[in-house]
Amino acid sequence: MKNLMFKSARALAVVAGLVVAGPALAAGDAPHVEKQPWSFAGPFGQFDKAQLQRGFQVYQEVCSSCHGLSLVAFRNLAEEGGPGFSVDEVKALAAEYSIVDGPDDEGEMFEREGKPFDKFPSPFPNEQAARASNNGAYPPDLSLMAKARAVTRGFPWFVLDIATQYQENGPDYLYGLLTGYHEAPEGVEVPEGQYYNTGFIAGKTLAMAPPLSDELVEYSDGSPMTTDQYARDVSAFLMWAAEPHLEARKRIGFGVMAFLILFASLLYFTKRKIWSNVDH
Amino acid sequence: MEHTETAEPTRRDFLYIATGAVGAVGAGALAWPFIHQMNPDASALALASIEVDVSAVEVGQSITVTWRGKPVFIRQRTEQEIAEAAAVPLSDLPDQFARNSNLEDGADASDANRAADGKEAWLVMVGVCTHLGCVPLGQKNGDNKGEFGGWFCPCHGSHYDTAGRIRKGPAPENMLVPPYKFTTDDTVVIG
Amino acid sequence: MAGHSTYEPQNAGAKWLERRLPVLSLVHGSFVAFPTPKNLNYWWTFGGIAFFMLVVQLITGIVLVMHYTPHETLAFLSVEHIMRDVNYGWLIRYLHMNGASMFFIAVYIHIFRGLYYGSYKEPREIAWILGVLLFLLMMATAFMGYVLPWGQMSLWGATVITNLFSAIPIVGDSITTWLWGGFSVGNPTLNRFFSLHYLLPFVIVGIVILHIWAFHVAGNNNPVGVDPKSEKDTIPFHPYYTMKDLFAIVVFMIFFSWFAFYLPNYMGHPDNYIEANPMVTPAHIVPEWYFLPFYAILRAITFDIGPIPSKLGGVIAMFGAIAVLFVLPWLDTSKVRSARFRPVYKFFFWLFGFTCVMLGWLGAMPAEQPYVALAQVFTALYFAHFLIVLPVLGLIETPRKVPDSINDAVLGKTGEAA
Repeated sequence: MKNLMFKSARALAVVAGLVVAGPALAAGDAPHVEKQPWSFAGPFGQFDKAQLQRGFQVYQEVCSSCHGLSLVAFRNLAEEGGPGFSVDEVKALAAEYSIVDGPDDEGEMFEREGKPFDKFPSPFPNEQAARASNNGAYPPDLSLMAKARAVTRGFPWFVLDIATQYQENGPDYLYGLLTGYHEAPEGVEVPEGQYYNTGFIAGKTLAMAPPLSDELVEYSDGSPMTTDQYARDVSAFLMWAAEPHLEARKRIGFGVMAFLILFASLLYFTKRKIWSNVDH
Repeated sequence: MEHTETAEPTRRDFLYIATGAVGAVGAGALAWPFIHQMNPDASALALASIEVDVSAVEVGQSITVTWRGKPVFIRQRTEQEIAEAAAVPLSDLPDQFARNSNLEDGADASDANRAADGKEAWLVMVGVCTHLGCVPLGQKNGDNKGEFGGWFCPCHGSHYDTAGRIRKGPAPENMLVPPYKFTTDDTVVIG
Repeated sequence: MAGHSTYEPQNAGAKWLERRLPVLSLVHGSFVAFPTPKNLNYWWTFGGIAFFMLVVQLITGIVLVMHYTPHETLAFLSVEHIMRDVNYGWLIRYLHMNGASMFFIAVYIHIFRGLYYGSYKEPREIAWILGVLLFLLMMATAFMGYVLPWGQMSLWGATVITNLFSAIPIVGDSITTWLWGGFSVGNPTLNRFFSLHYLLPFVIVGIVILHIWAFHVAGNNNPVGVDPKSEKDTIPFHPYYTMKDLFAIVVFMIFFSWFAFYLPNYMGHPDNYIEANPMVTPAHIVPEWYFLPFYAILRAITFDIGPIPSKLGGVIAMFGAIAVLFVLPWLDTSKVRSARFRPVYKFFFWLFGFTCVMLGWLGAMPAEQPYVALAQVFTALYFAHFLIVLPVLGLIETPRKVPDSINDAVLGKTGEAA
């Protein structure tokens, strides 16, 4: 009887350990987020360069009119593990932007062409200006958006996520949001200046008008010009913007893992050899 | 606890050596990121070249710009300064080499090798004394320009001539000419 | 730490040093020749693993400081500078970030090992008390470190935790203002937390040395809980336990790397990738996972206890949950150390483990029913374990027969497997 009690208590402790091991958060009214296939998921994941380039195009032509990308520099677009633009393409791209610099010798600020080392200029000089132009809403900077949003994964998913290395909550959420605009169902009040969206993390409506529509951005590589494809591409691009060293991280991680497993095996046999003359 | 010899000392030794060697390789590889993090980062490397507009620099004037956190002297020299520098026999120079990053390592310290390619009036050099890294005087008209009319380092009394060559004092080398190019008559790209 | 050394300096240099500062024989006596029970299982390696993690945190932390800027307008940007531009900055920052969690995992296992095998009992009370002190210092260090990236969770975590002190009657508000150096968490708070976050780890190193010294006086406890009686019971620390610990450390590194390279943000909170904004509070403020059980206890006290208002009561309960550990050696009245020979205690040990896990889960849940009621039940169980179960159990439990020596237990190990 005691043994049974003990065993059941231990089992309980183990199960409970699984339930809570990790950032367990309240589910609340969080939207349901569908897992999407991403080229950069999993231990060997890599960015799809063409997709990042398309995603950048969507950002540039659509998002950038309201959202900044202030932590990303033009030069990053040509760096390893990114969209793979050439250095000359980046120079030409940067030159299309005008950057406030200064003060000059007369003490005045002046505008000059962008250089690869400049960061993307934000569309508004400050938060107040951004709110004033957007009916009081503040379009957040997108540099870290893919890591700054994640919908809680309930039990048992967040435990299994450790084994499956699921880390794509951010882009999954962004995709869900960008494709989540629908007609509001009967009985749901949509306030003036708000839009009904089933993918939004903090409520049922948000201030951003549906930004994407079919045929909005002209792709040159023959990819489908649909809202769905635009949403995928720009979400992937934002994942890269938030984690530009993702590819290096996974590549180095594999080497580290392989080394550690080899070293641990050698140590195991060494330890066994050393202990072979001890009863323990 | 006594150590008892096992039957296969060679296999055991091999295991120990292999384990130690793998461990040493791992420790070495682990050390690299912690050393490399102190090298210039990606944002610093991106600033490695600058573009300078020199249209406002008159004959006999100098400007100082910042390149890699160091002052770079850009001077349009007068005829007299060029003539003075060109007249100095190489044998009078403490440092025989041009120290010009745009030329071969062994190039001699003639005035032509110090000045801009094809524009002998222009002198572009890193304004750092080769002794212990102070910034020499001589950029402003009222400055002490030293005994040779070029630049003078007040820290330990090094005198540079109108081609930026060391002539007297403790500095061992002529002031460094950085990699640069006139892309137009009025624009210099340094770095 | 010394006293077991048979060390004879071999060369002239060592002899010269030894006559002036016998540090070599100290190390030799403590970590080479030190007689260690030969039956220590892998749960004992977590002390060494925790020490290894302390070193990892020190090295990565010192490197991060070379690139970090402790200022409210620059802290967040400087962390992103580390992540994006500094050579291998992302790696070093992810190691430090996940290393904190790994350090706590190792220490929690180390603590529960001590609880299971009665390592806190006479004559190792001081080692245990120093250990609890280390745990407290770790929590303070981790909390202040979490503030440094100056994200939303940094700011609001700091706000909530420093506000705990406002529960103290009369002087509470003055203390909180003093802690902040202002009227809210701001730049002065960030700067002092940075200073202390750099200082405390070195205090931890000092106390770790005392902690090791303290248990080296009596020698290690072991799974049987019987002190060594003869040389047959012990083996020298090196090479036996150096190799065993090293193997365990490398296996732990595999686990660590799994998170640092493949799930680097799993333990963190997405809101901390949003720069701190004193005007907007995140929807759910959740502390790091290692604080969750204590956070649940804090929030479980929703009612006034006599003259004590619920806010103060929560703070007292939370600190009490740690304070009770200090007196644990005198609350447990049983003379038998190892749970192997205490069948009833073994049940309550696992029940206590379950309690802690449930409190951890409840700490992450919103402060609403049924979670509050559950948190109250498990808070009661937490304290009952120390204040009722352990004192009473020692008096009424009939332990199983304890082996005479470690060697007997090892040779006769057929029935019991831990």
